[in-house]
Amino acid sequence: RLATLKVNVWTLLLTVTVCDGWLFDGFAARRHSESDEVALWPLPQKFQTSVDAFRLSSASFQIVHAKESTAGPSCSLLQNAFRRYYSYIFGNGRKHGKNLENVFDADLAELQVQITSADPECDGYPSLKSDESYQLEVNQPTAVLKAASVWGALRGLETFSQLVYEDDYGGQNINKTSISDFPRFAHRGILLDSSRHYLPLKVILANLEAMAMNKFNVFHWHIVDDQSFPFQSRTFPDLSHKGAYHPYTHVYTPADVKMVIEFARMRGIRVLAEFDSPGHTFSWGKGQTGLLTPCFSGSSPSGTFGPVNPILNSTYDFMTRFFKEVSTVFPDAYIHLGGDEVDFSCWKSNPDIQKFMDQQGFGQDYRKLESYYIQRLLDIVSTTNKGYMVWQEVFDNGVKLKGDTVVEVWMNNNVDKELQNVTGSGFTAILSAPWYLDYISYGQDWKKYYTVEPLNFEGTAEQKKLVIGGEACLWGEYVDATNLTPRLWPRASAVGERLWSDENVKDVGSAYDRLVKHRCRMVRRGIPAEPLYIGFCPHEYSGN
Amino acid sequence: MFLTETKRFHFLLLLIILHSEVEQAYAVWPMPQQMSQSTDRYPINPQLLAFSYARDSAAQSGCSVLDAAFERYFNLIFPDFVGGTGLSNIWSEPKPFTVSVKVKNGECDGFPDEGSNESYNLSVSAGQAVLKAESVWGALRGLESFSQLVYQDDYNLYFVNKTEIEDFPRFQFRGLLLDTSRHYLPMPAILKTLDAMAYSKFNVFHWHIVDDPSFPYQSRNYPDLSSKGAFHPMTHIYTQSDVKRVIYHARLRGIRVVPEFDSPGHTQSWGKGQPDLLTSCYKGKVPSGTFGPVNPTLSSTYQFLNGLFKEVTSVFPDSYLHLGGDEVDFTCWRSNPNVQAFMAKMGFGSDYTKLESYYMENIVNITAALNKTSIVWQDVFDYRERIPMDTVLEIWKGVPADYRAELGRITLAGYRVLLSAPWYINHISYGQDWRNAYTVQPQNFSGTEQQKKLVIGGEVCMWGEYVDATNLTPRLWPRASAAAERLWSDEEKTSSVDKAFPRLEDFRCTLIRRGIQAEPLFVGHCKHEYSGL
Repeated sequence: RLATLKVNVWTLLLTVTVCDGWLFDGFAARRHSESDEVALWPLPQKFQTSVDAFRLSSASFQIVHAKESTAGPSCSLLQNAFRRYYSYIFGNGRKHGKNLENVFDADLAELQVQITSADPECDGYPSLKSDESYQLEVNQPTAVLKAASVWGALRGLETFSQLVYEDDYGGQNINKTSISDFPRFAHRGILLDSSRHYLPLKVILANLEAMAMNKFNVFHWHIVDDQSFPFQSRTFPDLSHKGAYHPYTHVYTPADVKMVIEFARMRGIRVLAEFDSPGHTFSWGKGQTGLLTPCFSGSSPSGTFGPVNPILNSTYDFMTRFFKEVSTVFPDAYIHLGGDEVDFSCWKSNPDIQKFMDQQGFGQDYRKLESYYIQRLLDIVSTTNKGYMVWQEVFDNGVKLKGDTVVEVWMNNNVDKELQNVTGSGFTAILSAPWYLDYISYGQDWKKYYTVEPLNFEGTAEQKKLVIGGEACLWGEYVDATNLTPRLWPRASAVGERLWSDENVKDVGSAYDRLVKHRCRMVRRGIPAEPLYIGFCPHEYSGN
Repeated sequence: MFLTETKRFHFLLLLIILHSEVEQAYAVWPMPQQMSQSTDRYPINPQLLAFSYARDSAAQSGCSVLDAAFERYFNLIFPDFVGGTGLSNIWSEPKPFTVSVKVKNGECDGFPDEGSNESYNLSVSAGQAVLKAESVWGALRGLESFSQLVYQDDYNLYFVNKTEIEDFPRFQFRGLLLDTSRHYLPMPAILKTLDAMAYSKFNVFHWHIVDDPSFPYQSRNYPDLSSKGAFHPMTHIYTQSDVKRVIYHARLRGIRVVPEFDSPGHTQSWGKGQPDLLTSCYKGKVPSGTFGPVNPTLSSTYQFLNGLFKEVTSVFPDSYLHLGGDEVDFTCWRSNPNVQAFMAKMGFGSDYTKLESYYMENIVNITAALNKTSIVWQDVFDYRERIPMDTVLEIWKGVPADYRAELGRITLAGYRVLLSAPWYINHISYGQDWRNAYTVQPQNFSGTEQQKKLVIGGEVCMWGEYVDATNLTPRLWPRASAAAERLWSDEEKTSSVDKAFPRLEDFRCTLIRRGIQAEPLFVGHCKHEYSGL
């Protein structure tokens, strides 16, 4: 009766069902239907579970630091996480009666969290090199979560909370379980665009919450673009004062940005800021005169502006000061510099630029001018000791890149070829091309995102290692606070599992069953994640 | 500085542009039939705005519909108003502003219905707005228009411009369908949708309340239908008081509630609480354990439906009942030997459309005997069923060429028709698909004037396969508003999608200001962004 089922992860649910028929009595069968409620998302790398169930009492269950842990009560990151996951497990202030005595064999008294490295990184920031692996043993009377650093502990706490299920009497239960888990890819990102529509802080924070529930670890903040410049710069306050939709109500103050970074840090999420140039900078020009290229109509300026003017020293002086500020505001080791979709027509129209092209011997190849600009920008950013990330055009155009540059592949034609080229040249790559979630369509498009295999391109094992992850991008043309969250979740969850779990976890049918439950869990936690298909959640969204 | 001719011209052009932008700021959605405005504007002080009944109005204080509307619209006009001293106009002495409402016929305690007169006249001048309407239902539409005319300047002071409006709906039936079977929609989601419907002057809530996946309607006479057929017997149901509340909330907004109890297909969930209602499917000579459409061969079926419809028509006051009748799959009927025997007995041969016709005729007659008019999906017409001439057919299938042909056929046969085929807005796509909803021409089919008059309106349908309370509102609004203008406004005056764009952008910001999370049309911003989640 106490037999532990050691099963291959992909047939776990099936196996439990089969065993249930002959191994256990009716009592155990009821247990089965409960353990069936457990839906881990993303699926851990290795796990075993049994039908032995333990009860969690909201009155006495605790999450505590293990004696051996290098982290203790002074680790506020974990203290906060303990409280957060307690709330997720029991709901805020929910209590239930004591009518469940004797139904289960035993209580689970506590979850001990043990950080094993000498430096638990309580006060640090997550990075590309953070160790997110963890081991979780759920047994009576205590469960133990072991991780090298707090970053792995956060992932393990999420998994632990997902193992807890509610029985028909409203009690919280967990089955005897053993998990060893680690991410397949180190960079698992979500891109939000706060320029095409301003996103109130509340929406950004809620999505960081949802990201943690799906083990995402990078918030790629596409903070400014043509349409508006909501980032409030201390060095150049006019950028947002003149470039935001509104100078007070549609900006991110330094305090706002700090709050986002800290909120993300507490959840093991990096904040990767993107300041895209030389294209996509129309809003920059409003607060920084002389930065953009004046376009010409015939021999006179037309009054419109194009990309950043790459021929002026003042441009580079500005960029030096601006990125100096950015590099201190955002603690992450990387800055995203954009570099995509540069329209050459304005540069072509401008006689000064033509002259400069001649001087430099660029002929009519404006890609060379773009490279010239990017090159100088990269040199500027290098002096801030930051690494940089760029969109694929920068690589395609042959700009000389530092060895640790990360190239983001976004164009959906020839993705495999591009990955092959980027990694073949020894650069690291992240993939976002198949995951532009702003492109909506009718029906279950999550399946399309789920079945992407990032390493399906031709290349050596060495090349494949250079693909460090991917990003789900929710561009903002048609998205603001009104529809962002249900549009992103649970569609992005499909990407989350692809980037965390083993590559063999790819059965859409079993993913569907788990994802349905996972989305109900998100709804229960206050995230308005939209439905996959017909059906219901025991606790429907009540937020409107 | 000396201005050259060209610069002067540009300057004038700029003025014109600025002027037209000002006009946009207080446009009305959907566009009234006749509206003229001047740039004369009058301040409105929240402290001194009063709604009142004109002396010669048939409705007076105590009129439930209008009393509630006055309170509602005060709050919609002044979203920041918290009582107390509030803002006062610092530029001039505060002046009172009165909205005087005159209604010819009361109907204060009635329900809106197909014959309701929604026309109104609104005249805004110094210190007063005079709103005249035949009925309270027209007065509600006029109050909505008035609320959209009031705007705030950069100093947050409220103004309204001198305005004359003569308005009436192009179509009498302007519906919105919600599907509470494929996903259960909690009460707040339904009530909020009714609020938003009133803002776009929709007047029919088509409640597709049950279907295959679940039966959330809690019946008085057949409680097992929901206790066994709902997703959950306690949390995922609409009790009688829930239904009353929906009808009440809708009535106060001039919205009819037309329930749909779709049969004989789309009834899987009915079978759980009503044994023997559904046809037992056979595999060879034995029942396969699965069930098909309602069993049309048993008299018990019609006894049950008579009982259910008797209850439903007493619960829902509207004179219409939607009977469905779409997408009936004949394979199960074919497999069942009893159904085969019945077919033979009735002389239907192997034409199962005749069996469906037989069924539909029976239930349409049940409905008629209960003094209700039936609405059915177009399939019922396509099968050439003999149905009463007052039956309304709803077109849901096909591309424009298909539904135009169907409009021609149905109206030629003399039936009234509703169009919903181009307004299945549960079908989402990337970009500005509201434009498709906007450019529909419901009367553009070959037929006589008489035939065109038989098009009584249309419906926006939000089927529930992929929609629940998490995403319903932003998916509906403002896309449904595009169809609302098509159903209310003059087609010629609203023929340009590009001219509609800035007006609809403004209107969606108005919706957000009123707490409706209407999604954006394109890049840009609202002065007050949505602050929920």
